[in-house]
Amino acid sequence: MITFLQQLLNALALGGVYALVALGLTLVYGVMRVPNFAHGGLYMLGAYLTYASLTGLGIGYVPSLILAAIGVALLAALMERVIFYPLRNAPHVSPMIAAIGVLFFLEAAVQLIWGPDFKQIPAPINGIVEIGGVIITWQRLIIIAASVVVVVALNYFLKRTLTGATIEAMSQNREGARLVGINTNRVGMLTFAISGLLAAAAAALIAPTLLVSPSMGEVMNLKVFAIIILGGMGSVPGAIVGAFLLSFAETFGGAYISLDFADVIGFAMLVLVLAIRPQGLFKRGT
Amino acid sequence: MKGRLQGGIWGWVAVFVLAALVPLFGPSGYVLDIGVNIMIYAILAYGLNVLLGYTGQLPLAHAGFFGIGAYTVGILTLKAGWSFWLAWPVAVAITALAGLLLGLVAFRTKGDTFAIFTLGVGVIIMLVINKWDALTGGNDGLNGIMPPAGLEALSKSVGLKLSGGFYYLALISLALTIIAVARARGSVFGLSLIAIRGGDDLARSAGIDVYSHKLRAMMLSTAIAGFAGGLYATYLGFLGSAATGPIQTFTLLLYLLVGGLGTLAGPLLGPALMYTLAQNLKGLQDYQYIVFGPLLVLLIMFAPQGLVGLWSRFTARRTPPPATPPTTPPHQKEVTRAGS
Repeated sequence: MITFLQQLLNALALGGVYALVALGLTLVYGVMRVPNFAHGGLYMLGAYLTYASLTGLGIGYVPSLILAAIGVALLAALMERVIFYPLRNAPHVSPMIAAIGVLFFLEAAVQLIWGPDFKQIPAPINGIVEIGGVIITWQRLIIIAASVVVVVALNYFLKRTLTGATIEAMSQNREGARLVGINTNRVGMLTFAISGLLAAAAAALIAPTLLVSPSMGEVMNLKVFAIIILGGMGSVPGAIVGAFLLSFAETFGGAYISLDFADVIGFAMLVLVLAIRPQGLFKRGT
Repeated sequence: MKGRLQGGIWGWVAVFVLAALVPLFGPSGYVLDIGVNIMIYAILAYGLNVLLGYTGQLPLAHAGFFGIGAYTVGILTLKAGWSFWLAWPVAVAITALAGLLLGLVAFRTKGDTFAIFTLGVGVIIMLVINKWDALTGGNDGLNGIMPPAGLEALSKSVGLKLSGGFYYLALISLALTIIAVARARGSVFGLSLIAIRGGDDLARSAGIDVYSHKLRAMMLSTAIAGFAGGLYATYLGFLGSAATGPIQTFTLLLYLLVGGLGTLAGPLLGPALMYTLAQNLKGLQDYQYIVFGPLLVLLIMFAPQGLVGLWSRFTARRTPPPATPPTTPPHQKEVTRAGS
């Protein structure tokens, strides 16, 4: 039972991070119809910017997180302007290939600046908490709390504010959104910025529990794509459910079946779901 | 059908005759090695081009099928003691079958989802190869795959080293691949694929069975990948799982884009240029994507047809329009991608 609860908390923390990264990806897909393969690169860059702010500027953990999130958000918005906006009418494989190019560039650039070795980010609060025999590190608690806060805030933004509503409107119907006077250019840029922000925040949150390396984005990239396909591309609730499905499958599969194949389980699940329901678990009108 | 071969059939004959003359001048082993590698990558790129360039689908598991072909040859020759000449066709058949199986599921999805789905499959193939120690040797890989039986003796009998023999084997394989792809492209099947590239619904409205055509394109594409994989296994003599992953697919994508998507010369031109370049930038090995990443972006934005496309645009501009309107345009180049 203790082991089970232990794994449950681990799965929740992991799922929270997956959800943050996947939400940005699914928003961008919903609005721009671009599967942004560079998203994992943004995530990785977020971790490195946090590291750089912490060690280079000597500021605290929270300011570093915010700085990294803003930096990556700006870069993502720039990416939309320079690459994806001009490619909006190109054949659908073009933006995908361009995004792969950006991913490669980000990885190589980070490796050039910070070197290929692993970096470690110290946890803001060290130590562990014990709740009824279940041991959890402070960092995992922070991850769970922060991801809940961010998801709730994002939901409020999308549902209750005018700017958020324009994002929803555009992902529902591009032409319709333009007809009612929504500036679709601005919404596209904004969505990219939000996706960068979420990815960087997720990276800054999870970074203290793992080692930061230039290739950390690749695995995350594949996983979040699996998640948003599972949940249905462009669906916000789908991304959240998909994120926790994957984290639970991985954590419990890893604990009870085989740690070696923990990474395979997620993709096997993806293939299985798509074979049965090609449109994902949460169908969306297209 | 000859008209489909860009630059004319004689251009291709000239290229191959020149390439065939190279080993006769006694070049260093290094030059021959680069030649063989370029040809293996070119064969692989021709396979990718069938799906991406002609059919307009982005399959990101291509290197996985390359790996299946390579490991089939490696395992059959090393562990079952088969002859390479028997294992090679079997590897091609297995990859075609695996492509069919993937296609049956994957083509239920469309466009972006298809690309991401195949990316997932590509990762699974790599992970399985990497973890299945008993069959594939896992992280250690497979060592000591023998060169094809008789190749060395044959090379000696005409006064060449084994590397020369490999060079000619790769050259013949490349020629077979190009002929197969060109014939497929010129046939009704190839035209149907181009129609599918323009849009599934459009093709369906013209009476094309989209699903079965995509499946056949997938099988052709993966069979070619397996063909290249078999050659790679016997040439290198060593197999590791790294060569079967998404990074390899992405690299191949770059090669293909540089050469020219959907063209017949592109899949040869791209690897020839980029592989040579990468070999000469060895010092920059880890950082080559600082240059190649933006290059990929710029290519897809401004020259999606790659070098071949730029060349056709250049020649099309220089050729004055004929005085009398001909029945067919003088340069029926494959640059009519727009509108999809």
